[in-house]
Amino acid sequence: MNAFLSVQDLSVSFGKLRVINNVSFELNRGESLAIIGPNGSGKTVLLKTLLGLTEHAGSFFWSPDARLGYVPQKIDADRHLPINLQNLLEAKASIQHLKRADILSTVKTVGLPQETLRTPIGHLSGGQFQKALIAFALLGNPNVILFDEPTASLDELSEEHIYELLNELRRERGLTVILVSHDLSIVPEMADKILCLNKSTVCFGPPEEALTEEVFAKLYSEPHKVFHHPSEHHHRHHA
Amino acid sequence: MSPQEMYALALALSAAFAAGLMGCFALMKKMTLAGDVMSHIALPGLGLALLWNIQPVIGAIVSLGIGAVLIWKIEQKTDLPTETTIGVMFSAALAIGALVTPSEDIITALFGGANPVSLQTLLLYVALSALVVIFLWVERNRLVLSLFNADLAIVTGVNVSRLNLMYLIAFASTLILGLRFLGALLVGALIIVPAAVSRQFTHTLPNFLAGSALVSLLSVSIGYALASAFGLQTGPTVIALAASVFFLSLFKKKK
Repeated sequence: MNAFLSVQDLSVSFGKLRVINNVSFELNRGESLAIIGPNGSGKTVLLKTLLGLTEHAGSFFWSPDARLGYVPQKIDADRHLPINLQNLLEAKASIQHLKRADILSTVKTVGLPQETLRTPIGHLSGGQFQKALIAFALLGNPNVILFDEPTASLDELSEEHIYELLNELRRERGLTVILVSHDLSIVPEMADKILCLNKSTVCFGPPEEALTEEVFAKLYSEPHKVFHHPSEHHHRHHA
Repeated sequence: MSPQEMYALALALSAAFAAGLMGCFALMKKMTLAGDVMSHIALPGLGLALLWNIQPVIGAIVSLGIGAVLIWKIEQKTDLPTETTIGVMFSAALAIGALVTPSEDIITALFGGANPVSLQTLLLYVALSALVVIFLWVERNRLVLSLFNADLAIVTGVNVSRLNLMYLIAFASTLILGLRFLGALLVGALIIVPAAVSRQFTHTLPNFLAGSALVSLLSVSIGYALASAFGLQTGPTVIALAASVFFLSLFKKKK
């Protein structure tokens, strides 16, 4: 069976600093992969590279029928814009020539009441906003979803709702899911496979096989170099 | 009112409509002060055009173009932050503009005026306003998405880099539209103030755009009428009126 995603010797550097080093793995259709690792280990960079947002060495191949949906970290979205959820979803629907009915059905799928469409995005609760971002990603019917820190700054109940929703989507739509998280609690809830990342691959495989105590210690105890963005370095250098 | 004076009012209204819509995106992009900077850079060209008796809009376009290239070159050659380079350019442009502009025209260059215009000039300005409005309307969803999250916009199929360049060109065009009747010192205000008023009243994009365009059009039309009735300068009257509406809007409690 051909892999849905095949990654070979993938490396990403910012200037002279290598943030991802020779990562290789494969993912089958319908599987769920959790990319875990400490802060600064390259998880988000890897996700963005798989979305085609970052220059890289090495290669990765999506199946030709892959349709990608992306859920960015909540904190990376500007919630101060004077738009409501309907404006946000209509923006994507308009760009991708989707039907208005798709917006209503997607909002229903993620479990948001229809009235939420009229709510300004800045007034949505943390859990509602996360669901709104998932609705945005689901619009256009993707068959793979790439999710950056799904439960960051959510309370336990909202976390549980997000896990339930993602598992439901996987069951009902056969969705392939790639999650990035610094939180290990996501693994038993969500992952068929796990990629432990600390710039290079520390482990890869089914969680019960891959995430041994030894690996865990290596992943989280070993001091790793703090990543500095080139612009940050530039400023410090001239300070 | 002579036909030429009517044309001048129509020109101001078409520019006001474009500026009202442009202001919404400038406010969302947090670049409301960029209008002041860019309009000052247009001043030397405007002054030279007045001195040589050529179409002021041509002088403004050339001056803005040279200013943009200079900022870009200085950034490449030095480690200075962009805002420092722009700050120096904007002060230098104001000084050079004041030196080259004939003294009898300096007030018009800085604060604008309601001088009569020909039908040909009106049509040129209306065409440019229409281009700005069409660009903003067609690209509004891409612009909003790129502001919400640039990566999300790229994954959705938006060429963010090209969109930003197009937006800057449209932004500069809007300044050029307003320079004639508001002058280099005030044109930025017609981009900022109506959008700031509208933002006080709404959380939805269509209302934000419509409110800003309406405030802009009303400020210009009522400002023109007041200036004409009381013998005041048109540009400052328009902007003082718009600013008064902004201060009044602060009393409105947003839901």
